[in-house]
Amino acid sequence: MISPYERVLILGCGTCMTVCDAGGEREVSFLHSALRVAQAKSGNGTHTFSEYTLKRQCDPEFLDALGDKIADVDTVLSLGCGIGVQAVAERFPDLPVLPGVNTSFMGMANELGVWDERCAACGDCRLEETAGICPITRCTKGILNGPCAGTKNGKCEANKDMDCAWVLIYKRLERLKQLEKMRRYYPLRNFRAIPRPKRITSKTSVDVGEDNA
Amino acid sequence: MPNSLFEEKLNSSEFLVTTEIGPPKGVDVSEMVHHIDLLKDKVDAINVTDGQSSVMRFPSLGGCLLVKERGGEPILQVTCRDRNRLALQADLLLACSRGIGNVLCLTGDSIDVGDHKEAKPVFDADSVQLLRMIRTMESGTDMAGNELKGAPKFCIGASVHPEADFIEPQLIKFDKKVAAGAQFFQTQGIFDLGSLRRFMQYASQFDVKILAGIIVLASARMARYMNENVPGIMVSQPIIDELASVEKGKGLQKGIEIAAGLIRTIREEKLCHGVHIMAVGNEGIVPEILEEAEVISAHPKAQ
Repeated sequence: MISPYERVLILGCGTCMTVCDAGGEREVSFLHSALRVAQAKSGNGTHTFSEYTLKRQCDPEFLDALGDKIADVDTVLSLGCGIGVQAVAERFPDLPVLPGVNTSFMGMANELGVWDERCAACGDCRLEETAGICPITRCTKGILNGPCAGTKNGKCEANKDMDCAWVLIYKRLERLKQLEKMRRYYPLRNFRAIPRPKRITSKTSVDVGEDNA
Repeated sequence: MPNSLFEEKLNSSEFLVTTEIGPPKGVDVSEMVHHIDLLKDKVDAINVTDGQSSVMRFPSLGGCLLVKERGGEPILQVTCRDRNRLALQADLLLACSRGIGNVLCLTGDSIDVGDHKEAKPVFDADSVQLLRMIRTMESGTDMAGNELKGAPKFCIGASVHPEADFIEPQLIKFDKKVAAGAQFFQTQGIFDLGSLRRFMQYASQFDVKILAGIIVLASARMARYMNENVPGIMVSQPIIDELASVEKGKGLQKGIEIAAGLIRTIREEKLCHGVHIMAVGNEGIVPEILEEAEVISAHPKAQ
């Protein structure tokens, strides 16, 4: 990926990517060393590497701080999430930007070093009806009216290590005495709840705030 | 006015027998046609599976057209795995226009268990929503509320899993399918009649017909494989042991005997309204099972 570019800036992100151990200052430094070692071993490298970590890559305000760092590089290898990579690309139209991380999902750290996907950011939130367990993210079929017949030992037919979301939902609703929520019929989803690509505009509320001030 | 021959039989007190045919992977339909000819007069309806176990095959709709062509009564299996609501509705219009009057509404297996694991799973609808989709179309509009030029009519069914190891959530889903308009149910494979009896105690409060799913096993190895790999199948240990007890090469004969025994008991004790026989690749032996179960002699299906 980096082979066409001589001077490579490895760019970390100080927010979510740092928390996820995927692209913070530490990972930037590891990758930097790894690339230098790999180049030295191969003996025919022509790259020079530099590193920097922004507080946030996904915010234009923070990207301004990058101005002088990119003056003498040929590409940025971003360890930001997919949003960070795109924000850098949008901000610097003449600079090639490469994704250093394959952004996979929005999850939570269940134990040290283990992350589990929890939210698909679908804009059609069901968590009130499903006892706080997302069937869209955690059921492999994303179905809304209860489990399929493939669930066995509380696990999913697609992956025997994965809990069946609907078994979890049933047990939690039962515990909360809210099983009637599962008995309801849920119609076809509205995939235009927020059309893709999604945009949320909160300017109205900001204006109100200014008026009040 | 019933929407199909099968619906007419559903409304009678007859002991119903359906079976299913898995279409080929390819355009050589000769074996499927052979099985249709063999079975069409011996059962009340023939299901054609819709890429079962998420394996790409000749489509259910095409298989049902062949069943019609050969003079049989088809049940179109429709899963939500591969088609969004536009494609589902379009296929239903085609099915009705060609005289296919019965639909079994299924969510569909996970893509992960099949042979195209990298494909995009659709699941725009689930089985309950599919049932309601059909009832909506029958009322004359599509799922966007647009008027249809000619509304379809179907006899619709769904599946239920009486042997699920955690039955309560399955029963909630069963209730939703009944409320959505399902007229008949084909159960997942029944291996323990106790679970069928327990389920029927619950299901008999509803005005729906229950056909017990009978899977014909050909060996203990096949049973263990299905338990591991086929969603919704739980072959009980006594049956695995029984299959393992026979000498090599006699497994299928034993499987036929077990299936026939289950069918005979279900019919004699009136445990439910009929059976749905799944011979999984051995469709040709269904007539033998029916003879052994004394269903054919007791109740000739030939018209």
